[in-house]
Amino acid sequence: MPADIYLNVAVSGLLTGLVYGLMALGLSVIFGVVRVVNFAHGEMMTVAMYLAVVLFAHLGLDPLLMMLPIAAVLFVIGFVMQLVVINPFIARPEHSQFMLMVAVAVIIVNSLLIVFGPDAQAVQTSYSFDSFALGPLIVDATKLYAGLAAILVAAALFAFFQFAPLGKAIRACADNYTGALVVGLDVKKLYALSFGLGAACVGAAGAIIVLIVDVTPPLGPAYTLLAFVIVITGGLGSMPGALLGGVLIGLTEAMAGLFFTPSAKSMFAFAILVLVLLFRPQGIMGKKLS
Amino acid sequence: MIARLLHGVPRHALVLLAMVLTILLAAPIFADDYLLTVLILILYFAYTGQAWNILMGFAGQLSLGHALYVGLGAYTTAALYVHFGIGPWLGMPVAILISVACGAVIGFLAFRFGVGGVYFAILTIAFSEFTRIGFDHIDWVGGSSGLFLPVANYTRNDVVNLRGQPVMFYYVILALTVAAFVICHALLRSRAGYYWQAIREDEPAARALGINTFRYKMIAIIVSAGMTAPAGVFYAFYYNNLFPEQTFFILRSIEIILGPVIGGVGTLFGPVIGAFLLTGLSEGLQELLTHVGLDTPGAKRVFYGVCLLLVVMILPNGIWPPIARFLRLERREPEA
Repeated sequence: MPADIYLNVAVSGLLTGLVYGLMALGLSVIFGVVRVVNFAHGEMMTVAMYLAVVLFAHLGLDPLLMMLPIAAVLFVIGFVMQLVVINPFIARPEHSQFMLMVAVAVIIVNSLLIVFGPDAQAVQTSYSFDSFALGPLIVDATKLYAGLAAILVAAALFAFFQFAPLGKAIRACADNYTGALVVGLDVKKLYALSFGLGAACVGAAGAIIVLIVDVTPPLGPAYTLLAFVIVITGGLGSMPGALLGGVLIGLTEAMAGLFFTPSAKSMFAFAILVLVLLFRPQGIMGKKLS
Repeated sequence: MIARLLHGVPRHALVLLAMVLTILLAAPIFADDYLLTVLILILYFAYTGQAWNILMGFAGQLSLGHALYVGLGAYTTAALYVHFGIGPWLGMPVAILISVACGAVIGFLAFRFGVGGVYFAILTIAFSEFTRIGFDHIDWVGGSSGLFLPVANYTRNDVVNLRGQPVMFYYVILALTVAAFVICHALLRSRAGYYWQAIREDEPAARALGINTFRYKMIAIIVSAGMTAPAGVFYAFYYNNLFPEQTFFILRSIEIILGPVIGGVGTLFGPVIGAFLLTGLSEGLQELLTHVGLDTPGAKRVFYGVCLLLVVMILPNGIWPPIARFLRLERREPEA
């Protein structure tokens, strides 16, 4: 194999990984603040993917342009879900929360199955087959746009948490629950806001990834697992960690597909997860566990 | 031994148990083939739920990867049968051994490095997913195109090779379920059982009292994995086909834990009641929706999900605790 194939595959994996990272970022925000394991994360992403597919098929709207409206829809879904369904579960044991999210996931997957059927659906844009040549490097235009869009959304989220008063308040909730209550923050509303933000992240990621991946209802559970692998690898609660984990897993999958067989690619992602859990359980960028 | 097992169990509880057991033993007399397959499914989930409950319900370690032990049990005995003609009862010890070894490795890695809670749950998922994809690429057991046991139209029941009619399978899984129930009852009152409950409630406190928490968590995962493997043996010989995509799939693991969670984590009756309720609900919904003409694929599962959601929201500790109070059986029933 010529050497530039490795480089091309690596770049492609890296760009896909950025979108994975954005998806995982949503999970990280939800777990980091609300402390609820969102086992319906990938299912929420497929909802966003189907939204993008429908908007494209019927109105001809480009998924990248629809990224923000779709994220807004998912934000509302997440916000309401946290207030109505999840909030009573905040103090309940993990297996109880897990069961709740499994029920939500089952409902989402099968509702999508009823509405859209089991066949894969895809978006074919005018730039689907374009690519840029940089010397020996050939970059797929779709993946480049996808990666850039993911970076943009992630940067906006970083800025929100770093500078906006609301973002700071959410971080305060995550750092010290009791303290947040003492200084008079409306924790319940901030939790709903965080879940909404996490959902918006995954919504944006869904709108982007539809350019790269065909969507079917059973894709949901697979992405839920992938998001968990990424978040734990990068460090639960660390936002740069989620992005880094996404890139790492994207790269690993691409390389595994090249060196072994594409069907074995997620095996390597799980192997990385096991190694990280054993030797650095807090994740690559996570804070030391107490 | 038996006297010790019965010690402290209320008289009317024993009467109730005897009644349930009699009904189950007599079921094949009045049940048709369809009802029998439903009962087999119920008992299967009661059994696996009971085995899972040892690790989560007793010792407080949330495993979301029990399909791994079912799958290893299934694949081990099926491969031994298909390749070497070794019967399921001889293969079962091997299957248990392999599952135990696998559980011990996961437990050792997790507990030695202090991995617990959600992290432990994800680790168990990772191992079972890893194995699923791995088995897709092992040609000796058929890879992704599956492993099949020879099937014929059996007129005689061959218990030695587990080849026969549903009635035979029914009694096999009933025996397994009863055995699991008795074992769990005994475990819950053993020294290890009390240590497990202490660890579940407050691990640092348990350690402070001098309990070797590492050792007892290891025992829990080993017992749980070992007890799950025979369910795999049953699965292989009952369904006669094994695909990595199905046997090791995460939904299989979730199915296993639904029963005990809905029934009541950490209780003896929880897994059994939960299995009855969920399988009954699932089959009943199927009937109902076909009747109403709403049998589009997915419709049943949406209703199923809604029911699940409602039960989890309304009864956080499962269905068994209120039933136990109603039947006045709650005798220091451990809180979930």
